[in-house]
Parts: sequence; structure tokens; C-alpha cells
Amino acid sequence: MKDNFYENIKMPVILMALYIVLTSGCKNKESGNNEIDKVLNEKEENKKTEIAVEYAVEAPPFSDGTYPCTDCHANFAPNPVRRKLVDWHDDISAIFNHDSENRWCLDCHDLNNRDYLKLASGKLLDFKESYKLCGQCHGEKLRDWKVGVHGKRTGEWNGEKEYLLCVHCHNPHSPKFKELTPEPPPIRQEDIK
Amino acid sequence: MKNKNSRRSFLKNISLATFSALALSGCDMEAFDQFFQQNFKTLSKKEKDRIIKNLEIKYKEKYGKEFHVSDKPPIEGTLFGYALDLSRCIGCRRCVYACVKENNQSREPQIHWIEVLQMEKEKGIDFAHSTAQYNPEKVPEKGHFYLPVQCQQCRNPQCVTVCPVKATWQEPDGIVVVDYNWCIGCRYCMAACPYGARHFNWGEPNVPAEEINTEMHYLGNRPRKKGVVEKCTFCIQRTREGKYPSCVEICPVGARKFGNLLDPDSEIRYILENKRVLVLKQELNFQPKFYYFFGI
Ligand code: SF4
Ligand code: SF4
Repeated sequence: MKDNFYENIKMPVILMALYIVLTSGCKNKESGNNEIDKVLNEKEENKKTEIAVEYAVEAPPFSDGTYPCTDCHANFAPNPVRRKLVDWHDDISAIFNHDSENRWCLDCHDLNNRDYLKLASGKLLDFKESYKLCGQCHGEKLRDWKVGVHGKRTGEWNGEKEYLLCVHCHNPHSPKFKELTPEPPPIRQEDIK
Repeated sequence: MKNKNSRRSFLKNISLATFSALALSGCDMEAFDQFFQQNFKTLSKKEKDRIIKNLEIKYKEKYGKEFHVSDKPPIEGTLFGYALDLSRCIGCRRCVYACVKENNQSREPQIHWIEVLQMEKEKGIDFAHSTAQYNPEKVPEKGHFYLPVQCQQCRNPQCVTVCPVKATWQEPDGIVVVDYNWCIGCRYCMAACPYGARHFNWGEPNVPAEEINTEMHYLGNRPRKKGVVEKCTFCIQRTREGKYPSCVEICPVGARKFGNLLDPDSEIRYILENKRVLVLKQELNFQPKFYYFFGI
């Protein structure tokens, strides 16, 4: 099963390579076609990180109609001053409970490009990789999540797995787990007819 | 053994005549066939195929759906293990009912392969002061933790040792299974199991046709009959196909972990090597392959 997984991923890359090599009339790597090599290498690199981290994650759980954020934010001048939001995103202000004393929106969201998250280093981050942002503080959890111990994985125990992002289970603005209504208790022995 | 076999074949032979008579008289041939069916372990491939085909037809008649009954053997080089994160479980019982559904447990009379025990944090793991009957508005309840119990798939399963007819055994991938056709319902295994993991069909089991899971394994979730014992099989019909057990996939907090103990890269091995792990009633030396751990 594992093999299949890698094969599936590699196939398009190989086909692509074949296609480029054929159409460009290039015979081998030594032909000096650096451009193509670079593209290919880059592709390989991308694949590698993808395979190495192997996190097939479900799409991030945006609330309806909120993404891309720039749809609205393009109309506003960015305002870096820390404040309580009242007109918009007040629903988030209302529940915000994630080290709220010390943090606010722009500690995780980028001021200039709202479609991205932002790491402490200033590096922009796609929402699909939000776990890296969480892992800045919760390093131990990230480590456990990567090996499949923290959080839930579905799929195959010996093959392809699907991960959930941290934010599928924890609301990033209020991450503590919500209580659940339990399913009914078993029938007592003495109540069995 | 030999004796028994020859006795059986003798019976079979002298029954041939009766068999045709019965067939002519319109008596239940299938029951007759079943009566003389051997233990699953001793069946040839051909016999298995025939039996399974008959089962599929029978189930179709009864439930009006297409069924697939597998007899898939263990995957080479696997020994299944399970781990449950006690620091995560919130006692929501989603696993209990996912299991009922996946494994076609009787709804009425009710059979649950998983029992979630609520315990007091103050007392620690203490079966005497635990309850499965908790039913608050919301879980988890303050001051409590939850410990789901199901078959621990012991390495040293005394439920197997005590069975007088060898209707239950441990498969090479570590799953303890029951041949429902061979079980005589003596319930010795239930007395021998210290985890309460085995359940007896006191009445005719009952699964609604619209809810029945049609993907089955002969040694797993195929319909049982009155008078036989059943138990968790790590979802043998799923796990031998590479899938996770149902309880793993349903758990909303990701407390349940499953994998191959022989694979050093599996998550189960990671847990054993990196987390604080315990097994229940260790002193009894049943050596469960079901581990409990603290993820935090
Ligand atoms: S589904 Fe998960 S959290 Fe809920 S009772 Fe079962 S193990 Fe515990
Ligand atoms: S938990 Fe009970 S039923 Fe399961 S293998 Fe151990 S002794 Fe047997």
C-alpha cells in the first residue's frame, strides 16, 4: 500500500519530466539545459518536502464566504494598531481566548496579505500549513501530531493517511475543547428483559 | 483428534442416505450442512469458499442486500496493537456506537463490545468505584476521567485456553477470534476473561436491515446467532484490508491509536517507546496488546 502511495505521487512528476525532456529535445542532464534542470529539481524538492512531511490534510475549515480574506480587506487600509474589533469579526473578539492578554490578530495573520498567516520569523504561511504556526508555541504537540499520536488520523494504518489540521478540532481563536453530549449509556443488566 | 475426525466422517457417511431422504422430504438442508461443518481452522479453501457463498446468499435472502463475506488471512509480518490516550478520552461513547454499527452487534437485546467506564480522578484506576452508567448533559464531567474497555487482545489469552472445543483462538496477527459456527455457548471463556470483553447472545440477535454492515469477515462481524459468544476483533474486516478500526476513526478527540507492533515506524511503536504506558490488570499476566497511555 505504501508503495502505491509513492508511486501515485511520483507518476505525474515522471510524466512531466518525460514530457519536458521530449519536447525540448534534450538528451540528458549534461546538455546544459539548466533551466529545465532547475524546474525539475524544484519540482522534486517540492515533492520531497511533501512526501517527507506526508501530511495529507483536509482543507482548512474556513467559515462560509470568509476566504479569500483580501476580497474585503483589499478595500481597507491596513491598520497595525492593536485594538478590539467591533464592527467586523466581533464574533471572534467575543470568543477570543488564546493567550488574549498578549496576543491579537496580527500575531498570526499578516498585515499586508490577509490571505496568509505569518510565522514569528515574518515568513508567510498558507492556511493549509497552519500547523506550523501552532507548532511555534506548541512544539511538543506538533511533534506528536506529526507521528500521528496527537490528533486523529484516518485512512490506512499501513498506507495513506489523512491528517486533520489543528484547527479542525481546536478553534484557533478559542482552542479549548468544547464539551460534548454523550451517547446513551448501556442498558443495565437488571433492565434486560 | 483423529478419533473425532473419523467419528465425524463416519457420521457423515451414514448420514448420506438420511441426507437424501431429508432433502426429498423438504427438511432444512442447510441446517444439516451446518451441523456437519468443521472448525473454520480445518476447512480447505474450497470448503471455505462454498460456505461463504452460501452465507452470502443466506444473508441476501434475510436482509435483501448484497453481502461480501471475507476470509482474508493475516497480513504477513503484522501483530496488531492498540493504544488509548487516557488523558484525551472525554467519555462521549461515540466509539461504542460506531462499533455496534460496524460490527453488526445486536441492538435488542443490546450488545456492546466497548464499555466506557467513568472513574474519579481522585481514586485513579479503580474498577470497584467506576460506572458505565454515567449520563450527564455534557462530558467530560469535572473530577472524572474515562477508561473505555474492550477486548485487550491478550498475548496470553486464557479465554482461548479454557474453550473446550477450540472455537476461539489467537490468529497470527494477534487477533483473538471466535468461530460462531463452532462455539457451543458454554461461556467458559467469559468466565476466564478478566476484562469482561466477551458477550453472550442470550436471545436471537437483531440488527435492522437498513443498518447492517454488508462488508464482513467470517471471523468478525458476520451475523451471530442465539447461543454464541462474540467480542471485539480489532475490526478484522477493516484492519486486514489496511484500514483503521472504526473506533479509531470516529473518536472526536483522537484518543485511539492503532497499528503494527512489528513495524518500528508505526505510531503504536512510537507510543510504546515515548509515552507512559500501562496495561490493565497486569498482575494477571494475560499480556494485553491494548495499551493505555497519557498523551500529555
Ligand atoms: S469516542 Fe473517543 S473520547 Fe469518546 S468515549 Fe470513545 S475513546 Fe473516549
Ligand atoms: S481480553 Fe478477554 S476475550 Fe480478549 S483476549 Fe483477553 S482474555 Fe480473551
